[in-house]
Amino acid sequence: MEHYLLILIGTVFVNNIVMSKILGLCPFLGVSKKLETSIGMGAATTFVLTLASGASYLIDVYLLGPDLSYLRTLTFIVVIAGIVGFTEMFIKKTSPVLFRVLGIYLPLITTNCAVLGIPLLNAQAQSNFIESLLFGLGGALGFTLVLVLFAALRERLEAADVPKPFRGVSIAMITAGLMSLAFMGFAGLIR
Amino acid sequence: MSRTLHPFNGGIHPDDHKAESSAGLIQAMPLLARYVVPLSQHIGAPARPLVTAGDTVLKGQMIGAPEGYVSVGVHAPTSGRVIAVEPRPTPHPSGLYDLAVVIEADGEDRAVEFQPVPWRELDASSLRNRLREMGLAGLGGAVFPSYIKLNPGRSAVHTLILNAAECEPWITCDDRLMRERAAQVLEGAEVMRTLLGAAAILVGIEDNKPEAAQALRAAAAANTEVVAVPTLYPSGAAKQLTRLLTGIEVPSGGRSTDAGIQVFNAGTAYALWRALALGEPMISRIVTCTGHVARPGNWEVRLGAPVADLLAAAGGTLEGCSGEIVGGPMMGFELMDRAAPVTKAVNCILAKSPALFPAKPAALPCIRCGACARACPADLQPFEMYWFSRVRDFGKAQGYSLFDCIECGCCSHVCPSHIPLVDYFRFAKSEIWERERDKTASDEARRRHEFKTFRLEREKKEKAEKFAKAAEASKAKAEGAGAGDDPDAAKKKAILEAALARAAKAREGVTPKNTENLPPAVQREIAEIDARREQAEPPSDVNHG
Amino acid sequence: MLSALLVLGGLGLVLGAVLGWAEVKFRVADDPLVEKIDAILPQTQCGQCGFPGCKPYAEAIAKGEAPINKCPPGGADGVKRLAELLGVDPPAADDMEHKPRAVAVIDENTCIGCTLCIQSCPVDAIVGASKQLHVILEKQCTGCELCLPPCPVDCIHMVVVKEDLATWKWRYPVHTLRRVA
Repeated sequence: MEHYLLILIGTVFVNNIVMSKILGLCPFLGVSKKLETSIGMGAATTFVLTLASGASYLIDVYLLGPDLSYLRTLTFIVVIAGIVGFTEMFIKKTSPVLFRVLGIYLPLITTNCAVLGIPLLNAQAQSNFIESLLFGLGGALGFTLVLVLFAALRERLEAADVPKPFRGVSIAMITAGLMSLAFMGFAGLIR
Repeated sequence: MSRTLHPFNGGIHPDDHKAESSAGLIQAMPLLARYVVPLSQHIGAPARPLVTAGDTVLKGQMIGAPEGYVSVGVHAPTSGRVIAVEPRPTPHPSGLYDLAVVIEADGEDRAVEFQPVPWRELDASSLRNRLREMGLAGLGGAVFPSYIKLNPGRSAVHTLILNAAECEPWITCDDRLMRERAAQVLEGAEVMRTLLGAAAILVGIEDNKPEAAQALRAAAAANTEVVAVPTLYPSGAAKQLTRLLTGIEVPSGGRSTDAGIQVFNAGTAYALWRALALGEPMISRIVTCTGHVARPGNWEVRLGAPVADLLAAAGGTLEGCSGEIVGGPMMGFELMDRAAPVTKAVNCILAKSPALFPAKPAALPCIRCGACARACPADLQPFEMYWFSRVRDFGKAQGYSLFDCIECGCCSHVCPSHIPLVDYFRFAKSEIWERERDKTASDEARRRHEFKTFRLEREKKEKAEKFAKAAEASKAKAEGAGAGDDPDAAKKKAILEAALARAAKAREGVTPKNTENLPPAVQREIAEIDARREQAEPPSDVNHG
Repeated sequence: MLSALLVLGGLGLVLGAVLGWAEVKFRVADDPLVEKIDAILPQTQCGQCGFPGCKPYAEAIAKGEAPINKCPPGGADGVKRLAELLGVDPPAADDMEHKPRAVAVIDENTCIGCTLCIQSCPVDAIVGASKQLHVILEKQCTGCELCLPPCPVDCIHMVVVKEDLATWKWRYPVHTLRRVA
């Protein structure tokens, strides 16, 4: 039990997928302008990532096995694309505004390196099914946390007196760097 | 004196400067030659003028009738002749002109016969109506029609709070009033209590006015408790005083009556006493004139007296006067024009000088120290509201409960960066109100546009149907009469006839379009314009003949 | 080799089936986004955007066929709010000088009662009949100026609505930041 809890906490804070693994930067900078959007994006990514890591584990172990492991990347991408397509339709139906706001970033979850990275890391580490699921969920929660925090910071930055050369993406990059430094502090959480 | 107080958070201790004007008795202003009485002295719809230029009026005669629910009457302050009903300067931060009745006094000060109102014999509803006509509005500053506040509605009011705190620096008009006329104030409050069906009266008065508190205690009946509260600005704000005295916090957006409390200003209670005991409508109030003037003090001023005359009565402004404030230094605003009159909302005219009110140093950026949040008596976070008001992100500012801000000015007072926070909040509030107005207007426009589209559609359909019918009929006719004549000629004739008939019909029934559903005011306007046109071009009929 | 083909082919089939089912299940009939865009537009129905009214413009924006900065009556503020709703960067509003609110007024002495303006008014704010003087309801007029061109005698002109006590707004506080460095 403690082991699973550690996986969750470790992936959310210590080895945060954005802040310490530097994966998934594209949506991190792209959809962090508004708090509501970032929450929507976080939820969508969490859904896709958890499902994808579970499904890729099953495929990797039961369908591919050691013989066909060279097909890993290919099949994982196919599975992820399928899940993203499904999510896309679901969001379009339930929240057209979110669909519109997420825009190109929604189909681009497919190419989110975090979403492909976690199943691949799972397969490499030979995690079991529960571990894979938790790793996926934790990574996605960590991504959501950072995205939401960053969006809140950026909303506030909108109103700040930022020197002209630093406005927009520049100050966002600086903020992201500071956040990453702050997340390094979590390294002391687990010995 | 055993009542436990429930202090509110925050508040400040500005220099009170009360001694300057509180020493002397209330003086009566001499009768002036001219009064300018604005028709909108209260919150709500302006009164409808009842007089026109040339009319003679008597003191106390109604010159503006209440129009709509949130409105009260306006009365002539003295006898004389109306010389104009036109836009005049008003005591308003904008300096805009507003419709006012200008009265040239005849010096005789003849009054309509004032009849004391036997309020014990009247039922509550007709008594409230009398107060509405007599122009009673709250004198604390908001000038909300009192008759509405005196209607408890469905909620049970158990306590009437008489607000005698007068926490704004410089102002002493309520202090003097209570020292000199405590019995009348309490009598007025007693009527209020009866109307509201409340059990008790709580008088909240700051402890820097011991003489007034003493006078009130001497005059108080058994159901009235005079509570001295610590001097702390803004303990005279309605919500803050309620919390201080009873511990009840009126919820955001809620009304105090829902919590069983109603708050009235001491000056309003006195005005109510005058209205009922003397039968005199609201034509005067007590105003403090202080600051950089020769003889600061309190005057009983007829409503409509220009501020310039009040300043003159106070001995005039001294050398180096740098403008006047209407109200106190915390919540008041700059007077734009000394010709603006004293109205029901004006409780103080404060002449400024650079020595008394040194110019504020230029503002520095907000350092988020939180001093404003600690000083805020409404438990808000002014620095957050400022952060978003500044960049016009009004939605977020509203999210920080912008509309619970009472604009008391504590935050601006304590800000180490000298940021005029309240100015930003006022700006944000009025922008939000404007958006609300625009929204209403655009909803109305959308509705009307959709209806027009629907109407055009319907007319088109009706026309098509009529045309089809007519075509069918003429076809049948042609077939019936057919064989003998040349069919082509018959058809032509039929078409010609139909066209003639249509034209005749059109000439007969010139039915005005779109004149249904018009408010009577617009219909009246149309009629007037029509009449004018007929006068303007009489020979046109001849041409027609 | 065969197993690899089977695995990929099978995966494709399964996913295709799931997506096909979802497509049917989550079909979106109409676009509720239009309503939200329409709510932001000022409803002057002036047609300055090139569409015959606010609703068609809203539909075009929702479909992505029209840029969001084509509405002068909405002003820069309107563009900003549209951009916020749609999650795009507000385009430069350089061609959007914001005019003060104005209403159309008919000169009583010139009007010949031709009813042409009545037909052009999108919100039925003009009252009158043929050969009768027409009157514009000030409260209902959206200031779209659509009645100006049809008038054969040029008797309609726009009058800027003056600020009064009810519509007066507190101005943005003017304070200059002191330079510290």
